[in-house]
Amino acid sequence: MKMSKKSLIQLASVAALLLVAVVFGHCAPSAPQRAKSMTPVSDVAIAAQKTYVAPGDLDEYYLFSSGGHSGQVYVYGVPSMRHLSTIPVFTPYPATGYGFDDDSKKMLGGLTWGDVHHPSLSETKGDYDGRWLFVNEMNGRLARIDLRDFKTKQILGPIPNISGNHASAFVTPNTEYSMMASRFSIPIPKGTAVDVDKYASLYKGVVAGIKIDPQSGTMSLGFEILLPPFDWDLGDAGKLASDGWMFLTAYNSERATGKLEVTSTQRDRDYIAAINWRDAEKAAAEGKGDLIGGVKVLDPAKVPGLVYLMPCGKSPHGVDVSPDGKYVVGSGKLQGVTTVFNFEKIATAIRNKDFTGDEDGIPVLKYESIKDAEVPVGLGPLHTQFGPDGFAYTSLFVDSAIAKWKLGTWEVVDKVPMSYSIGHLCAAEGDTVSPDGKWLVGLNKLSHGRHLPVGPSQPESSQLVDITEEKMKLVYDAFTEPEPHYAQMIKADKVHPIEVYPKEENKHPLAIWDVKDAGLTRSGDKVTVKMVAVRSTLTPTAFEVKQGDTVTVALTNIEQTTDELHGFAILDYNINIVVDPGETKTVTFKVQNAGVFPYYCTNFCSALHQEMQGYLVVKPRG
Amino acid sequence: MWRSLTLLPGTLDAPQGLVPRGLVLAAAVCLLPALFTPLWKMTMFAPQYPDGLELSIYSHKLDSGRGGQDAKEINLLNHYIGMREIATEDFDEFKWMPFMIGGLVILFLRAAVLGRLGHLIDLVALFGYFSLYGMGSFAYKLYAYGHHLDPSAAVKVGPFTPPFFGYKQLANFEVYSYPGPATYALAAAGACLVAALFVAWRRRDVAAVPSQ
Repeated sequence: MKMSKKSLIQLASVAALLLVAVVFGHCAPSAPQRAKSMTPVSDVAIAAQKTYVAPGDLDEYYLFSSGGHSGQVYVYGVPSMRHLSTIPVFTPYPATGYGFDDDSKKMLGGLTWGDVHHPSLSETKGDYDGRWLFVNEMNGRLARIDLRDFKTKQILGPIPNISGNHASAFVTPNTEYSMMASRFSIPIPKGTAVDVDKYASLYKGVVAGIKIDPQSGTMSLGFEILLPPFDWDLGDAGKLASDGWMFLTAYNSERATGKLEVTSTQRDRDYIAAINWRDAEKAAAEGKGDLIGGVKVLDPAKVPGLVYLMPCGKSPHGVDVSPDGKYVVGSGKLQGVTTVFNFEKIATAIRNKDFTGDEDGIPVLKYESIKDAEVPVGLGPLHTQFGPDGFAYTSLFVDSAIAKWKLGTWEVVDKVPMSYSIGHLCAAEGDTVSPDGKWLVGLNKLSHGRHLPVGPSQPESSQLVDITEEKMKLVYDAFTEPEPHYAQMIKADKVHPIEVYPKEENKHPLAIWDVKDAGLTRSGDKVTVKMVAVRSTLTPTAFEVKQGDTVTVALTNIEQTTDELHGFAILDYNINIVVDPGETKTVTFKVQNAGVFPYYCTNFCSALHQEMQGYLVVKPRG
Repeated sequence: MWRSLTLLPGTLDAPQGLVPRGLVLAAAVCLLPALFTPLWKMTMFAPQYPDGLELSIYSHKLDSGRGGQDAKEINLLNHYIGMREIATEDFDEFKWMPFMIGGLVILFLRAAVLGRLGHLIDLVALFGYFSLYGMGSFAYKLYAYGHHLDPSAAVKVGPFTPPFFGYKQLANFEVYSYPGPATYALAAAGACLVAALFVAWRRRDVAAVPSQ
């Protein structure tokens, strides 16, 4: 067959059009190609089996997760990721009556919010000992939760001179100290008003060592050190090889103000401060320091040897010390590498005075002399946790992934995507001298689209990753209460909580154990009501006071049976407490209006729970 | 039989022989655990109490699981149905029972040392009476707890008897009631006595034959 010239031209035109269509008509894929290629191959059956904790079975680990600006700590079980308990710390929590009874109300000190960031489990020889959990909050406060009863026992602060306590509560290897530091430098003492344009010279950062009593866990201010007005961000205590030192990151070494997203991100390197806390302790014991805001503050310019600055790129966020204490890993959130410093080199540089300058009299170590590696983990590295086998896991906010890399060879071996925008991460006992491996939880800032829609106020996400094998495997999505900043994971058998408060330990002066002792005593216009709660009566079942009286109800739950909690709420009053078995709590209030006010047990206790009620009768004065 | 009985007065002084004396000694030893271990044990399970509540009755005291907490819990639950509180003071047995067991040990030893058939018969009778009285009194206690209920109780239940031996479902509770080590020890003591009497009686016949 012979084609005409015309039809040949037609055919060529069609072919040319097709070619143009193929070359230029390439459209965008329906999903990001990179994300697709990074989607983990997760064998659903294996993942389900690994994370499934059958009804009645117990989890292997406790996960203590910060509740951020909820002011609370959330307890989850791993691997099920089930929410087990909420520990109220800085915020009233009607469910347990926290912040309503006299003692916890006093402990909150008038503030009903706190921004919890970094839970820190107590340690012995660098390993979790299951005794206490310390948590910081931004208003210069630190709290101690006793893991014997999962209750907040002490809130220290606000500590003088500390402003925006973010870099906290990282404890030292034997829980000698916890730390606090200013993220928002201010002129000190508090109460001094200085224009923001004097920021670079007249605003001050401060780091505080909070001393912890080894027996009782009671916290008190140990020492304070004056620092330049950088934004002191995160910390970690040295251990083993680097025991005796605290590391503290800072961004905004530009000392800038205003639009910080621009002004504080101009330098390629900011700092990690290495603080010799043993020497600081000594200097404080010798009475050194200047009195500021009622406390002695050590000035490193006057007491040399306390603080050294390690340059670290760029706008560093997390600093994490390896299990053997030899490496200090600083993650610059605005770059694609995480920087590993060698502690031995740091010590040598300090000894040899290998400095490149100073900041307000604090020597700056020469970067090249102390750095071991810049590990190309990916974009936006924030925090690092460790496994038992020399692997490190770094969260990547911008890449929304976790990178696994090897200490020593600095080789990045695996990545797993996180949904989405991971902040902290938490490996099982992953910041101790002996990490467990096994599980890693990514604490993500965004969860969009991975759960049933719940309106614009969305939960955060915590994702469970199996790290037992060479390749990390995402195995579970959990949606956690806002806002999980950092979390710590401890083997369940290290924690030994009680189930009831033993009667013989109750030393409350108003405790009674027999309904016969229940009743009212009056002294002037002050009334004390000793009350007993036991299934299914609140005794007395009625009491009478006069308008204007100040009433203290002391409620003792005389039960010694697990889970037999009793509540006490008075209608039309802001009173709602819960008393655990064997516990006594008091609530004090002024009766303003005459009338009859029912009170009742709020915490469902028994078949006759509804009947557990009584009447407060307020007679008019006159 | 009649002949045996008419001959009995004469044979009461007959020696028991070594084997029965040994058995009586063993019976005496068997009495000792009865002073230290529970006579009876009741265990109760309900959905809310998956680990069970335990009540142990000794010869001299009540004891219960979790350092006595279980007894408090049982009483607390029982108050809803108007049952009288199970209290040590209600058991007169606790006063005389250890004394009685001690007395029996002495009598057993006496029978083993003196070795007369008559002593053995006394012991079997006395021990049998003691055992039956003890069990009867325990059974009556159970009956009384379940029958003498406060009429003003929140939850009205018909009179009932908790199980004396074995299992019974009471409301949401599975109740198991079984003898404890002490009862088994007492049973062993009883068995030793009966065996001793059997052997000694047979031996009496053998010993009596040549004299006829």
